Amino acid sequence: MNQAGETIARLQGASKNYGDVLALDQVDLEVRRGEVQALLGPNGAGKTTAISLLLGLLRPDAGTAVLFGQSPQSLAARSRLGAMLQTTGVPDTLTVGELITLFRSYYAQPRTVADCVALAGVADLLRNRYGRLSGGQQRRVQFALAICGRPQILFLDEPTTGLDLDARETIWKTIRQLVAENCAVVLTTHYLEEAEALADHVSVLARGRIVAAGSVQQVRARVAQRRIRCVSRLSEQAIGAWPEVRSVVRDGEHIEIVTDLAETVVRQLLFEDCELRELEVRRAGLAEAFVEITREAA
Amino acid sequence: MNALIATNDIRSAPNPMLAYALESKYEFLRVLRTPAFAFPTLLFPPMFYLLFGLLLNRGSDNAAHYLFATYSVFGVMAPALFGFGVGVAIERERGWLALKRVAPMPPGAYLLAKMAMAALFALIIYLVLATMAATLGGVRLAVGQWLLLGTIATCGVLPFCALGLMIGSRANASGAPALVNLIYLPMAFLSGLWMPLTLLPDFIARIAPLWPAYHLAQLALATIGRGDGSALLPHVAALLGFSAICFAIARRWLARAL
Repeated sequence: MNQAGETIARLQGASKNYGDVLALDQVDLEVRRGEVQALLGPNGAGKTTAISLLLGLLRPDAGTAVLFGQSPQSLAARSRLGAMLQTTGVPDTLTVGELITLFRSYYAQPRTVADCVALAGVADLLRNRYGRLSGGQQRRVQFALAICGRPQILFLDEPTTGLDLDARETIWKTIRQLVAENCAVVLTTHYLEEAEALADHVSVLARGRIVAAGSVQQVRARVAQRRIRCVSRLSEQAIGAWPEVRSVVRDGEHIEIVTDLAETVVRQLLFEDCELRELEVRRAGLAEAFVEITREAA
Repeated sequence: MNALIATNDIRSAPNPMLAYALESKYEFLRVLRTPAFAFPTLLFPPMFYLLFGLLLNRGSDNAAHYLFATYSVFGVMAPALFGFGVGVAIERERGWLALKRVAPMPPGAYLLAKMAMAALFALIIYLVLATMAATLGGVRLAVGQWLLLGTIATCGVLPFCALGLMIGSRANASGAPALVNLIYLPMAFLSGLWMPLTLLPDFIARIAPLWPAYHLAQLALATIGRGDGSALLPHVAALLGFSAICFAIARRWLARAL
């Protein structure tokens, strides 16, 4: 999308220890205006730690964290960011409307309450107490609090965990709109389709280090794997015995083969089964790329 | 929904007073809607006063006045200690404090709102106690004395807010209520709030100056002319010093907690 925007958030050689555990190891990260940066990685990889450094909740033990050219802890930097943290502990006894009113008061030019609730899809919940909402509704309220100050950068730590599909679509749509208005987004997620759907730039973290970074396409290209799908009279066992094949699974009538050398395998398939049909070859999705990259790093 | 930024752009600087006011208002509402906190805090001091100050004390004018002053101090302690000790522990542990620290909340709004809430609760408790004392307890004071004691009962939340904040910045949410109770009730007793120190063993009277409740009680007693005649300034200094130390420790602990 907008790759040329200026850098507004940066980690440079940032490291963070929790006691003896090295949570983040010399991580470099740049977020540009109008860009969605996705942080992927298994639990404990350091995604939340990286976000906490940029939010000023933690200070790096080594390296620097800079937001809008200043310390993330400065009030000026904070007034230009919005955040949705993983654990938020919003008071149960306040209503959605009260929470939004409170957070709006922190900003010079907040969105109207009507805009906030429309963008987060919680318009019908204004009078409800937070504690009586479902998990997905609570998540959307947290999203409303994150965007109410017209942030120029939005930090979303697992934003759509526990959301149903409709709610997720609402939030995705709003994120795309904000990005179109030049807002930057830093997103951690377990849902790889979320990164594929939204991100311009992906950084894969494993054990506190960035093991791969680039566009979705670049990260995916890091992995040579491709997926072959077809209907064949050959057995899984027979195909699985070929040296180029990483794995074979049967999916009803279809067989799915994962391989690094798709051309060789396809040639072999056609050679051994002249009745083979519905042949399909595609590059691995981010999910496969991600598993592969983090396994290499382990 | 294609006009996200353009609509209703209110071009003005953020008004910190609005944030302070809303923060305080919602802090009060939050507490009021938490019966497990509001009921014991509001009811315990009047109940204790009714039982020990009024029903078990028939006839002694001196005791009636003494107990009214000291129970006013007792009423000050709970909203501040529980509001901060338990409230901060919960909000720290569950991430609400972190989210507010990330948001550009005006510095101090969080603490001031909680202090305003504690002061308001303390004032309500004082008004209930004062009504009981005047009607049932035979306590007779000049208007100025009622007002001054009320002021002490309201402003007296400060050292207990500081102590509560110190507890809340370290204790975990599940342990905080027990810890606060462990400090609250013994301190009330050891400071002579339930019975005069002269009736208690000598060593309790000697260590009493360690407790902020003792110093606040001396101020309250002096206000209604039942003090021990000691100078008041050292008591004020002790309360302020105690508050400053607790705040400083809490600040360090909170900085580390994130």
